[in-house]
Amino acid sequence: MIDALLLQLGYNATLVTLGACLLGIAAGVAGTFLFLRKRALVSDAISHATLPGIALAFIVMVSFGGNGRSLFGLLFGAGVSAALGLLCLHWLTTRTRLGEDAAIGAVLSVFFGLGIVMLTIVQTMNVGQQAGLEGFLLGSTAGMLRGDALLLAVAASVVLSLVLFLRRPFELAAFDPAFAESSGWSLAWIDFAMMGIVLVVTVVGLKVVGLILIVALLIVPAVSARFWTDRSDGVILIAAILGGLSGYIGAALSAVAPALPTGPIIVLVGFAFFVMSLLFAPKRGVLASVLTHYQYQRQIHLRQGLLALAQGQPIYEALTRRLMFRAGLILPDGVATASGQAAAAKALLDENRWSIVRADQSFAAAATRYDGLTVIEEFLTPDQMNEVDGRIIAPRALF
Amino acid sequence: MSISLVNDAHNKNANLAQSVSPLAVHGLTVSYNQTPAIFSVNMVVHPATMTAIVGPNGAGKSTLLKAVLGVIKPLAGSVSILGKPLVKMRDKIAYMPQRASVDWDFPTRVIDVVMMGMYRNLGLLGRVRASHREQAIKCLNRVGMADFATRQIGQLSGGQQQRVFLARALAQDAEIYVLDEPLAGVDAATEKTIIAVLQELRDSGSTIVAVHHDLATVSDYFDDVVLLNKQVVAAGPIDDIFTEANLQVTYGGRLATARVDPESVAI
Amino acid sequence: MGAEFVSLSLTPIMIGVCVAIGCALPGNFLLLRSQSLIGDAISHVVLPGIVVAFLVTGAVATGPMLFGAASAALIAVLAIEVVRRLGRIETGAAMGVIFTAMFAVGVLLLEQSDTSGVHLDVEHALFGNLESLIWLDAKGWGSLLDPATLRTVPVELPRMMAALLLICIFIFIFWRPLGVSTFDEAYAKSVGIATGSLGLVLVFVSAIAAVAAFDAVGSIIVIAMFICPPAAARMMTNRLGHQIAWSVIFAAFAAIIGYFLAGYGPQWFGNFNSVSAAGMIATISGVILAITAMIGPCRKRTT
Repeated sequence: MIDALLLQLGYNATLVTLGACLLGIAAGVAGTFLFLRKRALVSDAISHATLPGIALAFIVMVSFGGNGRSLFGLLFGAGVSAALGLLCLHWLTTRTRLGEDAAIGAVLSVFFGLGIVMLTIVQTMNVGQQAGLEGFLLGSTAGMLRGDALLLAVAASVVLSLVLFLRRPFELAAFDPAFAESSGWSLAWIDFAMMGIVLVVTVVGLKVVGLILIVALLIVPAVSARFWTDRSDGVILIAAILGGLSGYIGAALSAVAPALPTGPIIVLVGFAFFVMSLLFAPKRGVLASVLTHYQYQRQIHLRQGLLALAQGQPIYEALTRRLMFRAGLILPDGVATASGQAAAAKALLDENRWSIVRADQSFAAAATRYDGLTVIEEFLTPDQMNEVDGRIIAPRALF
Repeated sequence: MSISLVNDAHNKNANLAQSVSPLAVHGLTVSYNQTPAIFSVNMVVHPATMTAIVGPNGAGKSTLLKAVLGVIKPLAGSVSILGKPLVKMRDKIAYMPQRASVDWDFPTRVIDVVMMGMYRNLGLLGRVRASHREQAIKCLNRVGMADFATRQIGQLSGGQQQRVFLARALAQDAEIYVLDEPLAGVDAATEKTIIAVLQELRDSGSTIVAVHHDLATVSDYFDDVVLLNKQVVAAGPIDDIFTEANLQVTYGGRLATARVDPESVAI
Repeated sequence: MGAEFVSLSLTPIMIGVCVAIGCALPGNFLLLRSQSLIGDAISHVVLPGIVVAFLVTGAVATGPMLFGAASAALIAVLAIEVVRRLGRIETGAAMGVIFTAMFAVGVLLLEQSDTSGVHLDVEHALFGNLESLIWLDAKGWGSLLDPATLRTVPVELPRMMAALLLICIFIFIFWRPLGVSTFDEAYAKSVGIATGSLGLVLVFVSAIAAVAAFDAVGSIIVIAMFICPPAAARMMTNRLGHQIAWSVIFAAFAAIIGYFLAGYGPQWFGNFNSVSAAGMIATISGVILAITAMIGPCRKRTT
């Protein structure tokens, strides 16, 4: 395994690993824009729409007496029919009342259906070369030729440089399309470029992971990356890293277990990264959110309970009473302890101060920070505090 | 200038027993992602009145309504309708949400939308009889939309859509009507119609609670008011509570842009 | 349309029509709720479902495979919902993550099973084999009345008819809550409709349609049936009831025409081999959609 990771397993394995890594990086980056633009599954439509083109290219090449398995010809056919699919998608969403999800599904299934029809035509052509076509569905387990790896490298560089060049317009278009337009960017051209990049990545990746799984390489790294950062260029970077790592590790793993196909393993490595990100990312991960939520709920209940104590009102909710008892603020029968009395008085004083602040426009900046919990001393200077305190009529707390 | 303490509203309305109030809220707190939208809200609505809920943007007025109707779950607090919990009293309370939350592309006509108000009574499989259709037409008549019965809902103007949603609420034949900005973005004629219908409902014994966006007309249309800015600032009859002082507190001194004509505000 | 029709074409056509309608019906609501792609997700996850069932039972039997497919669909739907809520991710991305991972698992397991000597036909799972569901023992229209021959009808037909019946019952019973909760979810909740559960049940019913259909037409074509007939119907009318009716007509039409074109079309080109019926049905449904998208009376957005 270590040998595989260190690229010591031989020429072919090294090619596959590096090729997959490059594909992962390019797909991660291209997919980020789709994801940020909330159009993740357009990649599914694009990949399924390649099928009729592949089959047709095969038929055409064979009819002209050529080699039906020429990679360039097949990929060219794939690109053309995928582009057609994109056009249909665009037409359906702009000219009719169909939502984007329905349009994606329609293009996906109809083009794929047409592709299946053409595949069955190919099967009856008795040409004997068509076995390779089905490899485009699930990816091929055979090794990569030098030509394929070069193709991947070229495609990856083109994609990465385009993205670098266009990253600001992309970001604008993804976040606020109306603003982008009003700033003079042509949304149509930006979308065109973005889709073009996704198309190139899809077509190039067909051979490695197949048309059904290329979607994973486009979507999963971007989704995982989102958990770790709130900046869009951060998402692009982390998606590239995660995508590249998935490709690299996945290909290395599959080199060690030659019976297993490369595509699915790469996808599953990417999924593992996703699960880790979902659970453990700080701030946006599940663990972090759950902890923050319970902490927050506890604070709210304590605060409300203290205010009720301070004003001599009964505490209705059992959860509130439980939390206050555990915090040592009340006794089991609901009577306040010494620290409870002090805390209640403090809470009431704070609420009073906040009321004054929120009512007065000269404190407008501080007033926006009111959230029912934060202590006011964090936002006012000592002078301001004195002024506020001077305006409080004697607190009507019971202690 | 006296400063109202929080929970003062509770004291003012304490004399109305919670079991009689059509809508009583206690200690209600709702938050979105660790930011409270409303905090520790107490509110007791009087029967056969029109109560306005008033406050600046982001004050949590819609959130309050949604929490009352069980559309969102509160973090803390309780709601009672005529003394009982909401789940037992759904047939007594009708909701008119903000227009924005609807799918305008949905294939449905005006008359179909009003019939939706009767689904609760019809149940899953109950037959729609002529009497139901007549009832729907009557509701549409009350709001002046009977001629539009077969139009697709997306083809109407804003004011027309509001009237249709009011007709739907009427079709529910409830005792308490909860409306979220019923007069927002409507033409003058629609405003007159809607207010007239609401006042008729009140006069016949129903209770109306509405989020209202226009300070200038609160005292003309409503009997009671709840001033809300994440918490209840003050609540009670218009004459006592709808004062410039209280409004200053509610709107955080920003009232300069939402100036209330001193003549029209009872001090 | 003699005896040969009954034995060679009747059952495939009937199965095709039941599949088409069975998917189009819930597809109407999925379309209106912008959930059309759940069909995409479900179609991809039936593969791991049947592979797992095969590995567990060791045999290529339809009962366990259907159960495996249904479980996979349910797991996928729940996982997507969990990921969507926990991760605050948009639906499309959540679907993409889950169904590709599950599909990858399916492919991996499939490669494993290859070594055990029995071949599970991936392509069959993907695009079915409708033309092969013939009723060999039938001897003409009279066989429809002969109980002995009826018992030899391909099992896919009664299975699909049962699924279709279930779907029709569901939509009939829940017609009103489905309509209200799709149109105005906040209002629906306020009158006590359990919108969350209803949505989940709708998806589950769709999964039943997909799983029952996949044996006949494969999983990928099911998406076409979920989306194209309802979408075409939406272009024709602004009334929900009429939309359902149009979608049924379009679905049946696509199934029948598609089947005939697949079987007899190539003959017009001098080729005597038929092409994939499922693929042709999907293509025809797409053509219908294209036509209604160009000339349907209600095709334009109102807003």
